[in-house]
Amino acid sequence: MTAILALADGTIFEGEQFGATGETLGEVVFNTSMTGYQEVLTDPSYKGQIVTMTYPLIGNYGCNEADVESIGPQVEGFVVREYSAYYSNWRSKWSLDSYLSEHGIIGIQGIDTRALTRRLRVHGVMNGCLSTEDLNPKHLVEKAKAWRGLVGWDLVQRVTCPSSYAWQKSCQSSVISRQLQEGSVTSTNISLTENRKPKTENYKVVALDFGIKYNILRQLTEHGCQVQVVPAKTTAEEILAAEPDGVFLSNGPGDPMPVDYAIETIQGLIGKKPLFGICLGHQLLGLALGGKTFKLKFGHRGANQPVKHLETDRVEITSQNHGFCVDIDSLPNSVDVTHINLNDDTLEGIQHRAYPIFSVQYHPEASPGPHDASYLFSRFTEMMDEC
Amino acid sequence: MPKRTDIEKILIIGSGAIIIGQACEFDYSGTQACKALKEEGYEITLVNSNPATIMTDPDFADQTYIEPITADTVELVIAKERPQALLPTLGGQTALNVSVELAESGVLEKYGVELIGAKLPAIQKAEDRALFKEAMTKIGLAVPQSGIAHSVQEALAIIEQIGFPAIIRPAFTLGGTGGGIAYNIEEYEKMVTAGLALSPISELLIEESVIGWKEFELEVMRDGADNVVIICSIENVDAMGVHTGDSITVAPIQTLTDKEYQLMRDSAIKIIREIGVDTGGSNIQFAVDPKTGKQVVIEMNPRVSRSSALASKATGFPIAKIAAKLAVGYNLDEIPNDITAETPACFEPTIDYVVVKIPRWAFEKFQGTDETLTTQMKSVGEAMAIGRTFKEALQKGLRSLETGWSGLDNHPLDALPLSELPSKLSIPNVKRIFYIKAALARGMSIEEIYAYTHIDPFFLYNLKEIVDFEKILSEPDTRQHIEQRLQGSGISHAPSDYETNGAVTKKLLHQAKQFGFSDRQLGDIYDVSEEAIRECRKGLGIEATFKTVDTCAAEFEAETPYYYSTCSSEDEVRPSDKPKIMILGGGPNRIGQGIEFDYCCVHAALALKTDGYETIMVNSNPETVSTDYDTSDRLYFEPLTCEDVLNIYHKEKPSGVIVQFGGQTPLNLALSLKDAGVPIIGTSPEDIARSEDRQLFKAVLDDIGLMQSPNGTATSSEEAAPIAAALGYPVIVRPSYVLGGRAMQIVYDEELLHEYMQTAVQASPEHPVLIDKYLEEAIEVDVDAISDGNLTVIGGIMEHIEEAGIHSGDSDCVLPPYTLVDEQIENLKTFTYALAKALRVRGLMNVQYAIKNDEIYVLEVNPRASRTIPFVSKAIGVPLAKLAARVMAGKTLAEVGFTREIEPAYFSVKAPVFPFNRFPGSNTRLGPEMKSTGEVMGIDTDVSRAFAKAQKACGYTLPLSGKVFISVKNKDKRAIIFIAKKLTDMGFELIATHGTAKVLLRNGMESELVFSIGKGRPTIHDYIKNHAVDLIINTPTGDLHRPNELLIREMAIAHDIPIFSTIPGAAAAVNAIDALQRGDITVTPLQDYFQMLQ
Repeated sequence: MTAILALADGTIFEGEQFGATGETLGEVVFNTSMTGYQEVLTDPSYKGQIVTMTYPLIGNYGCNEADVESIGPQVEGFVVREYSAYYSNWRSKWSLDSYLSEHGIIGIQGIDTRALTRRLRVHGVMNGCLSTEDLNPKHLVEKAKAWRGLVGWDLVQRVTCPSSYAWQKSCQSSVISRQLQEGSVTSTNISLTENRKPKTENYKVVALDFGIKYNILRQLTEHGCQVQVVPAKTTAEEILAAEPDGVFLSNGPGDPMPVDYAIETIQGLIGKKPLFGICLGHQLLGLALGGKTFKLKFGHRGANQPVKHLETDRVEITSQNHGFCVDIDSLPNSVDVTHINLNDDTLEGIQHRAYPIFSVQYHPEASPGPHDASYLFSRFTEMMDEC
Repeated sequence: MPKRTDIEKILIIGSGAIIIGQACEFDYSGTQACKALKEEGYEITLVNSNPATIMTDPDFADQTYIEPITADTVELVIAKERPQALLPTLGGQTALNVSVELAESGVLEKYGVELIGAKLPAIQKAEDRALFKEAMTKIGLAVPQSGIAHSVQEALAIIEQIGFPAIIRPAFTLGGTGGGIAYNIEEYEKMVTAGLALSPISELLIEESVIGWKEFELEVMRDGADNVVIICSIENVDAMGVHTGDSITVAPIQTLTDKEYQLMRDSAIKIIREIGVDTGGSNIQFAVDPKTGKQVVIEMNPRVSRSSALASKATGFPIAKIAAKLAVGYNLDEIPNDITAETPACFEPTIDYVVVKIPRWAFEKFQGTDETLTTQMKSVGEAMAIGRTFKEALQKGLRSLETGWSGLDNHPLDALPLSELPSKLSIPNVKRIFYIKAALARGMSIEEIYAYTHIDPFFLYNLKEIVDFEKILSEPDTRQHIEQRLQGSGISHAPSDYETNGAVTKKLLHQAKQFGFSDRQLGDIYDVSEEAIRECRKGLGIEATFKTVDTCAAEFEAETPYYYSTCSSEDEVRPSDKPKIMILGGGPNRIGQGIEFDYCCVHAALALKTDGYETIMVNSNPETVSTDYDTSDRLYFEPLTCEDVLNIYHKEKPSGVIVQFGGQTPLNLALSLKDAGVPIIGTSPEDIARSEDRQLFKAVLDDIGLMQSPNGTATSSEEAAPIAAALGYPVIVRPSYVLGGRAMQIVYDEELLHEYMQTAVQASPEHPVLIDKYLEEAIEVDVDAISDGNLTVIGGIMEHIEEAGIHSGDSDCVLPPYTLVDEQIENLKTFTYALAKALRVRGLMNVQYAIKNDEIYVLEVNPRASRTIPFVSKAIGVPLAKLAARVMAGKTLAEVGFTREIEPAYFSVKAPVFPFNRFPGSNTRLGPEMKSTGEVMGIDTDVSRAFAKAQKACGYTLPLSGKVFISVKNKDKRAIIFIAKKLTDMGFELIATHGTAKVLLRNGMESELVFSIGKGRPTIHDYIKNHAVDLIINTPTGDLHRPNELLIREMAIAHDIPIFSTIPGAAAAVNAIDALQRGDITVTPLQDYFQMLQ
């Protein structure tokens, strides 16, 4: 079946449909990871976005029940050069086609994804319409143009949990660990952290869910945290009443500016509890501290972004997924810059000078991507130890 | 860290002659290192015995020593140059082994030389199997169960534990030489014995078999601040059990989830840290159980490798260059990424295409050897192809091989009985990919093929898609559409029909192109020429588009124009309007066409760049310097076929194309390119053809009054016999349609002639067999010259040591001639000038002559770059290929400043290196068919010492005392007397069989008697096995039915005992020993020799 992706600037890509059929709108972005499409699909930070993978062969290893970052795929649409109908991996359960189709996600394949990526790089990310129903390019361009776009839209409300819940160790991590352990080596470096035994101490952590990735929860758990996940609109008072050892500010989709309630909550927590933020959580923390955010031309989405840790001068290869960024020049004197991106010198991490508060723009939980920055979870527990 | 200022002078060791497992990838890495370090202001001392390398060009180092890469010679260089540091990781296993030897023996300490990049303990930990295993266990990584054996007994104990099948890996051997898989105890004992002999430290690793597991490789880099990045991941299509050098491989990894890939990445980082490679690149291999995902570590190379060259070309990230910079103190984040210019080298390249590497083998040259692919590498070269799908890259790769395939073609194997397929699929072999195609075409399921091959079903499915699509293309309906289109007129009537037909055909052809089908492949399906397909496809607007290799999947703009073709919607190439010249490279390495031609192509690019041209390089060989994005202004990584070259030509529209530098590959395209309107510069394709066509060439020679050896042409066995009889045996026979000595033989009698005509070639009127009178005991001479159309200047005259009849690539030769008289030399020059004029040569020309009884015969003329150009250039201090490129582009020799011939006051000897140790059972006798993989050069003011150096560089250490076994054919008995006499005078003892001993005794020489094979014991075989003989002189009778002689050669090769099989060779060796006895070898850099020329 034919599918068409139309961009707001009038560019048309005609390809073949896979996954679900129908029509969808979103901001068209590209991700440069060569592996990890299932993690990308299920990352709630992609809400509102049609994602194209720059690696041309997608679907090779199918899908499984373990490599998920939320309850299901979150993207608005999925764009690949060649969908592999045949999948081969010892853990695969379903084809990508049936996975997407079951979750109602429209895929398009057979288009020149590099041409698309170059367009987005040169002109910036833009809105698009992906359809298998209306194959009139003009209509689709009109729809893409008319779409509201991500700026100023509170997408967190579409992905946060409806009510608070306790993350169980068994929720997800065990599935992966067990599978990998059964297969792999006796002495196992396979747990997804680096050879680290879970601490016996238990930290009580409240995680503000702006669209949290499961692997953050798995990581926190493996670092000895008991995590209570709470909806994004939970207030500072409610969180403090639970008397946590620390509060985690999660990743999430879209523009941080309209998520004003969370900024307010964070302001109410600063100086009271150790805070650790990732991605959107980092941006919201930056705003709460008085900084400003701006939209990047085409964002950082991939698993090869070099980030320098200024304290150690070492470079981490990081997994990233963000379209907005905290302006490094807008930061108040109360915080230090701890990490910067070596590709474009943008801000990647901050730490408060007075309080046990730090955050990073990138994804130390990886999934997909390298594990270079998993030390940050230990840093969080150390911070809680010190308080 | 900024660069180190406490070191000023750095020693770099190259990898020596091209051998299997160690080819031009180390010229690529070494050249990059030299450039990178010179750029930083360091003084570079280089040792490399291989003259055909770019790195040994005098501009790339401050002192270039073309000397043997042995510990004692390198010590001489160190003593003379006193470098503060030695970079051991860029010259392959050869450089690493010599560096280890120098470090362990205390030489480095004595002269205060620091190992940079990797320290001794790290190298030992990575290379020593036991230490490596221990290190892996320490960091919690699994390795296959294994044991170390130093004797057969120990090996037998280990096999009790591990069971069959078991893998045997000798320590410190190249490309796994001597390794293999044993399925039973008999095989096991045989392999253990052979392996122990081959390992320089008599050590074997016996390993649990993980045959059938998936094989992966990661290319890792680490800097002094402990930053570690993965440059490239590679998945082998062939499962464990086939050496990675013999496997089809794909980058990046295709069938691992991110979870599994990151696990492997974590392991790789742990490994490089634990082994302790300070800075630089390493290659780490893993095996993964396809059923459970269990990962085990196979091995690590603590240096740049063939895979790192592949990874560099696959990603655009120059591993060797960066490794060199890291070794002198820079960190990854301090080095810019050349390709994007704006981002640092501290990142992990991400690619948005698929890279397929396919090996190229040369089994046809080594008949009689087992062609099964095992853990011991046997391929001699490789092609890399880039596409947007695996299917496209694979088909491009197959046609890049230049073995006659135009993709995943229909194959004569298709007719193979179904019952034979299982064994062809399960035993890895050169043609397996085509057997898989045959199996798929006959409906064998992916599951069944997987059961036989253990090739991941993902790849098999992709192959099936190609096969299925080909079926669609062949269906009657489709045929009708496309054939109508092809005929044009056949399509009727209404314009709307024509349009419909156009749309259908366009869709089909577009998809065919996206699947990587070539025009020729499509032409074969529809029984039309590839030109017809091309015209039809272009009429429908289906053109190749070019994309950029940019390290970052288009996230940043690329500054470096490095392209590949694909069929897509956007073309990224923006041609400039500068004057430009396109150079066609040589494709994958093979015997007879390798680094020498790449050297010429690189020189053409460098020279034309300085003359203000934009240079465009086209090549498919990932090992080379020519495919470094730094070499030319624009690089196209593409197959060298007419279609692919025309695509680039039409895009770039260069004012000239050079086809004469890349060997036979681009030459074969010359006429069809010219027909398509491509401006070929230099000697015209017609004149080149004139030199290759027997009749036309005879006319040329007759015109200028030159002689050829008497000859004739036969189209059948019946015709051949009387021709040969009239010429008189022995004769040289060869097919007319191949070059490079392929299937060329000396035939001594009618019986052998019949055998040759029936088995070796299929003679027919279209493919006649050429029969030449063999000029026995003639002196062969090679002449390289350059001509601008008016003036011709001789570059060098090389006198072969071995007599005519042995392929020039397999002969030792000396420049300048050492036995020819002035008159002969003058005649050779005059003849060469006349030939250049007659063939209207503009550029390079090589002529081979034979001199017999004072008569000069022309054997062959090649009006193009020859294999000896780099050797001659280095011998005379003039870059001939550079000059030739400039002349081809329009300059005169006067303008480029080369009008006078140079006669060096020193001697340069070129010696070949053979791969016989890889091909047990094959014929080791030298003849007209070339078998050597590489060459070395020895330079000295004394010809015998130059010969001794060349022998040493080949790996033969000439003995200064000991025992010499002499066994020569009757004709040589007279000549051997003087040689034997000289040997006894020098203090050697002689060993001989009965006949020879008698002759020696009559001439006053005692010898120790051995039995001829089969007549009693001991025989010479016993002496060889006991290492009780130090030198062998054995001239074969030429009778192929005497296998004993072959066995002597094979055993001598296996036991590293120097063996000479010609009288002139033996004489040269004896003179060399004499020279060595008279005084120690000294070392002198090329730059000093060139001073002598001034």
